[in-house]
Amino acid sequence: MAKLNLVKALNLALMQEMQRDPDVLVIGEDVGVDGGVFRVTEDLHRTYGSKRVIDSPLAESAIIGTSVGMALYGLKPVCEIQFSGFAFQCFHQIENHAARYRNRSQGRFHVPMVMRMPYGGGVRALEHHSESEEQFYAHIPGLKMVIPSGPRNGRALLAAAIRDPDPVVFFEHKALYHAHKEDVPDEPETMDIGRAQVVSEGDDLTLVAWGGMLRVAREAAETLEQEDGVSCDVIDVLTIAPLDRETIVRSVSKTGRAVIVHEAPRSFGPGAEVAASIMDGAFLSLEAPIARVTTHDVPFPGFAREKANVPDVARVVGAARETLAF
Amino acid sequence: MPRTPLEPRFTVEYLSILDAEGNLDSALDPGLPGAELKRLYRAMLLARRLDERMVRLQRQGRTGTFAPIKGQEASQLGSVAVLRPTDWMVPSFRETASMIWRGWPIEKLLLFFAGHLEGGQPAPDQRDLPITIPVSTQLPHAVGLAYAAQYRDDDVVVMAYFGDGATSEGDFHEALNFAGVWHVPVVFVCQNNQWAISVPLKKQTNSKTIAQKALAYGLPGIQVDGNDVLAVYAASREAVERARAGEGPTLIECVTYRLGVHTTADDPTKYRTAEEVAEWERKDPLTRFAAYLKKKRLLEDGLEAQVDEEIAAAIARFEATAPADPLVMFDHVYAELPPELKAQRETLAETLRSGEPGRREKHEPSPPMRGQRSGRR
Ligand SMILES: Cc1ncc(C[n+]2csc(CCOP(=O)(O)OP(=O)(O)O)c2C)c(N)n1
Ligand SMILES: [Mg+2]
Repeated sequence: MAKLNLVKALNLALMQEMQRDPDVLVIGEDVGVDGGVFRVTEDLHRTYGSKRVIDSPLAESAIIGTSVGMALYGLKPVCEIQFSGFAFQCFHQIENHAARYRNRSQGRFHVPMVMRMPYGGGVRALEHHSESEEQFYAHIPGLKMVIPSGPRNGRALLAAAIRDPDPVVFFEHKALYHAHKEDVPDEPETMDIGRAQVVSEGDDLTLVAWGGMLRVAREAAETLEQEDGVSCDVIDVLTIAPLDRETIVRSVSKTGRAVIVHEAPRSFGPGAEVAASIMDGAFLSLEAPIARVTTHDVPFPGFAREKANVPDVARVVGAARETLAF
Repeated sequence: MPRTPLEPRFTVEYLSILDAEGNLDSALDPGLPGAELKRLYRAMLLARRLDERMVRLQRQGRTGTFAPIKGQEASQLGSVAVLRPTDWMVPSFRETASMIWRGWPIEKLLLFFAGHLEGGQPAPDQRDLPITIPVSTQLPHAVGLAYAAQYRDDDVVVMAYFGDGATSEGDFHEALNFAGVWHVPVVFVCQNNQWAISVPLKKQTNSKTIAQKALAYGLPGIQVDGNDVLAVYAASREAVERARAGEGPTLIECVTYRLGVHTTADDPTKYRTAEEVAEWERKDPLTRFAAYLKKKRLLEDGLEAQVDEEIAAAIARFEATAPADPLVMFDHVYAELPPELKAQRETLAETLRSGEPGRREKHEPSPPMRGQRSGRR
């Protein structure tokens, strides 16, 4: 057991999976000698060499495209896209191919690869370095979309993603990289992809969040407990697609109220799908309209205006109170 | 049916005019008037001093991540200086010197790096695109601008900047190919500074030069000493004149070096040696140009103090800028705000007014929405 931050925890997963399976390799911009711009791939190059830890030329499309080829052959590439904002350069490879080879070849081929991408804001970064784009990947049939919220589940989910037979887009929130440390077991650990977790329990309201927004939801729950005597279920979604509707529906069937928090823009965001799942499964339990707290439907407004755009505890508490007062 | 070499044979030239000691190859001298030489040097010096200040401002937390240009002043100024104001300039994210030459106020650039989108707004009459961060993606825009200029029969040339790493992206190849097929007035200026963050040129491409990539697309490519402002100027002038004369696009590879960090978030000691940096410091574009000007008695006294003062005044204006009004985030999304966005804007305005999001809702819950309140089970 060691206390690790998210960077070190993800690095541990990569180290151990490469150790466990010689077919696992790492490819991306600056992932080798430099150890990745966020240091997630630190020491991998020294340990496993440049054949398995590839400093690629600067081309996201070819990083994903060649990885698809490697995966078709039977390797398990773990690609790093330096920032999720640059994954549009390879979106066609992800949507047209990574997600579809299983289907196109009617099961003859499959594409066991992981596409790691730092995402999210709050780190005083420029345009394309601060956005949340999980909705695009969650919408693609054939892909899995995973977002851990901390070091321990980050490590376990990355290991699970590498072992998964299907392509997984794996988002890592930049503000979480160094946010806190957690006990992470030395022995390899995995977690089921496709399972949400209820991280704190209550009766009055369900807060649904993931990634960088989980902390915001948890703090909002504490405020509501202290100031309003309201107790909340807080759900850490962890896998955006396939969504664990059952856990969400079970919770809202109990509480009758739901607030969904995400950093992606509001319209057509993942919150809409979560809300639809609640309508499908818990309609008769609902005591109030389902609320969403999200960024606005605007392109990244520059970090000088970021605070007013990204959901914070006050906005979540505000939405919760409105829901409770309904 | 023998194997025969195809005609024409392709060649790529290398151009250097001022050596590292500032000695001129007079046969190649582009013959700039003294005043123009002095203006170029002043701009190079200002760019260098500003760069150092901007790194310090970032370290002090007064701005965010910034990509320094130290070492690349000649590549940027030698090229941009041949443009007319009516031409277009398309930057990537490391063209502080070119942008200042084109009239971007220093305080605007500072605002940009301090996270204000206002810093990316070109002046109404300015024919420059804003900074583009996704590598290489601006290059097709340059080709489109050039096509449009040709379509309208305008006497306009487009100059686009990018790095060595950028030549690996598909957009680079697609842009060059389109430019070649369309035969449009565009000049591609590659600042080959040897590194794309931690990736050295030899891992970026197996080509001997970047210039030769032009040949595959049917346009001329030339490699120049990018630390030699006169060589960059001469090659750029030639390319721009060709473009203006309807002779199509050119790729210029400026062989230079990034003496500083990739960005203020980078630690180059992880991937390159101090010896390599020292070797390039000996080829510094500023010192060689200064040596040349000194010999020509064109080096002005007190120039450093002058540019420092100009920079200090700009920083003062930057720091006097009012805090960002969050509501501006809605102003430039569409020509006309759709109803949903209008509602989002109003909600944010209300939150900002009350200063305490959530309170209002607590005391004045919104009216029930029709059809929502269906009793439990
Ligand atoms: C499409 C895209 N991928 C990745 C990045 C992250 N990134 C920023 S600069 C850079 C290296 C660029 O190298 P080069 O083109 O040589 O320009 P230089 O930074 O050396 O000026 C990378 C990988 C980006 N901005 N855009
Ligand atoms: Mg470079």
